[in-house]
Amino acid sequence: MTTLCGIELEHPVVNASGTFDAIAALRAFGDEVIERFPFSAFVSKTITLEPRQGNPPPRLWETPAGLINSIGLPNRGLRGYLEHDLPVLARLPVPLIVNVMGFTREEVATLVEAVAARDEVAGLELNVSCPNVESGLIMGADPAETAALVERVRPLTAKPLIVKLTPNATDPGAVAHAAQESGADAVSLVNTLRAMALHPRTGEPWLGAGTGGVSGPAIRAVALAQVAQVAERVAIPVVGMGGVETGAHAAALLRAGAGAVAVGTATFRDPRAGARIAAELAELRRKERVSAGP
Amino acid sequence: MSRALAPFERRLGEVVAVDAVGAYRRLRCTDPGGPVPRPGQFYMLATAAGWGGGEDERPYLPRAFSYLRHAAGELEFLLEDVGPGTHRLTDARPGEGIWLLGPLGAGFAPPRDGREPLLVGGGIGIVPLAPLQHAISDPTDPLGTGQGRVLLGFRDEAHAAAAGLMRDATVCTDDGSTGHHGLVTEVLDERLGEHVEVYACGPPAMLEAVRLMTGERAVPAQLALESGMACGFGACFGCVVPTHDGYVRVCVDGPVLEAGDLEAVPAP
Repeated sequence: MTTLCGIELEHPVVNASGTFDAIAALRAFGDEVIERFPFSAFVSKTITLEPRQGNPPPRLWETPAGLINSIGLPNRGLRGYLEHDLPVLARLPVPLIVNVMGFTREEVATLVEAVAARDEVAGLELNVSCPNVESGLIMGADPAETAALVERVRPLTAKPLIVKLTPNATDPGAVAHAAQESGADAVSLVNTLRAMALHPRTGEPWLGAGTGGVSGPAIRAVALAQVAQVAERVAIPVVGMGGVETGAHAAALLRAGAGAVAVGTATFRDPRAGARIAAELAELRRKERVSAGP
Repeated sequence: MSRALAPFERRLGEVVAVDAVGAYRRLRCTDPGGPVPRPGQFYMLATAAGWGGGEDERPYLPRAFSYLRHAAGELEFLLEDVGPGTHRLTDARPGEGIWLLGPLGAGFAPPRDGREPLLVGGGIGIVPLAPLQHAISDPTDPLGTGQGRVLLGFRDEAHAAAAGLMRDATVCTDDGSTGHHGLVTEVLDERLGEHVEVYACGPPAMLEAVRLMTGERAVPAQLALESGMACGFGACFGCVVPTHDGYVRVCVDGPVLEAGDLEAVPAP
């Protein structure tokens, strides 16, 4: 068992927000998704106050050992999520962590209050990778912006609040520290790194939104360095992610100071990659204990 | 739309053979214990070894392919070598391991109002129409309504060899090297006055033409779409196409979609 800021987990491997849609998976695979759920918690895709269609396609570009995406956070909006999605997700056999994002602090406050009030929800993750439309600053790129946001929403719930850090910040360690000092229970990182690709024939940006974020093995080394840096700066738990494909990759993030690990892009190659990685990690730890002796 | 559920895990098959069908390559592999797919469904494929590390260190993600045939624990796919993923798959050797995830997506639905199925394919897009034709001629299948007619378009004679994978197809080629000299949509136009339902798969420009033509003539049409996908099971939200109700995911809401629901068939 692993505990992540009070949430009991069967094993240390969860999914990265936005990389597994349990409701779509039920349509493709049926109840086997519930019977053999690969993650020890389910982290939702980002929920916003209003429904969003997401970015115009194309939304994907494969890179060497990775993927650039510019999906644009399509979702049903808060009301649709609470009415339609949450009752289905309550069938999952693991704790539910809901990821939310707002364009102002008040929007985030509305989301946190409404989501945290639901019994199905074990914890919340704040996506701070978007601009505050009032200040123009990316909330998670600046320690003061992050602090102001966490201070605003912290009094609204006693449930765990996880801040999902962006790697597109000058000093993610400083942002993580600011989140901790303002009352965050954990931080998670890395989100995708800003990236772009050009159309092979026209030379224009390939992605409908112009730029996107890159994930996958291509960013594993960057993620490891950022997780190590952040873990050094904070005492609260760190959820590490970025290019994890094997138990050894997960073990490296744990050794760098993470308390849990998230799997994202690897799930696109195999929907049960998370379960395989958790099993490989358990086997590595068992061998370590054996070699360490009594 | 009909859908067989996929096992919730990729599984390892084995390449039985890769042979030429004109300008295309047909890949046959084992799928022991895999579910029976419905026409129009697809699989995500990747070789077990050598997937990655090729030119530009790609491919990384599996690739989506409609199945051509499913029989006796084996699956067949038709491939065109157009990028690092299809290049690696066309190069696969018998005995190699191949990762399979599927069958995925929603396949074709029976025609409405006693209409006769009219199958329209372009290039590599003929693939899902082959199992569809097979199902139509099987009276025990939910799609088994009798004999549908088949119109297929190709660049040239070398590609048109794939028409031999279906029965009694009317063939068109862009260069006139075999069959009717011209576009398959020209032949389709002559048939739209009849009591038919169109089942189409092909390049985006062809499908967009079919969408517009069938819309104008109020003929129902089911289009099997292709889109770049990372996962194939609704996780990545990357493969969307615009409908009158907003974007839908080709992988879980399609790949077969009602032409009348689409805003457009997007060209990448």
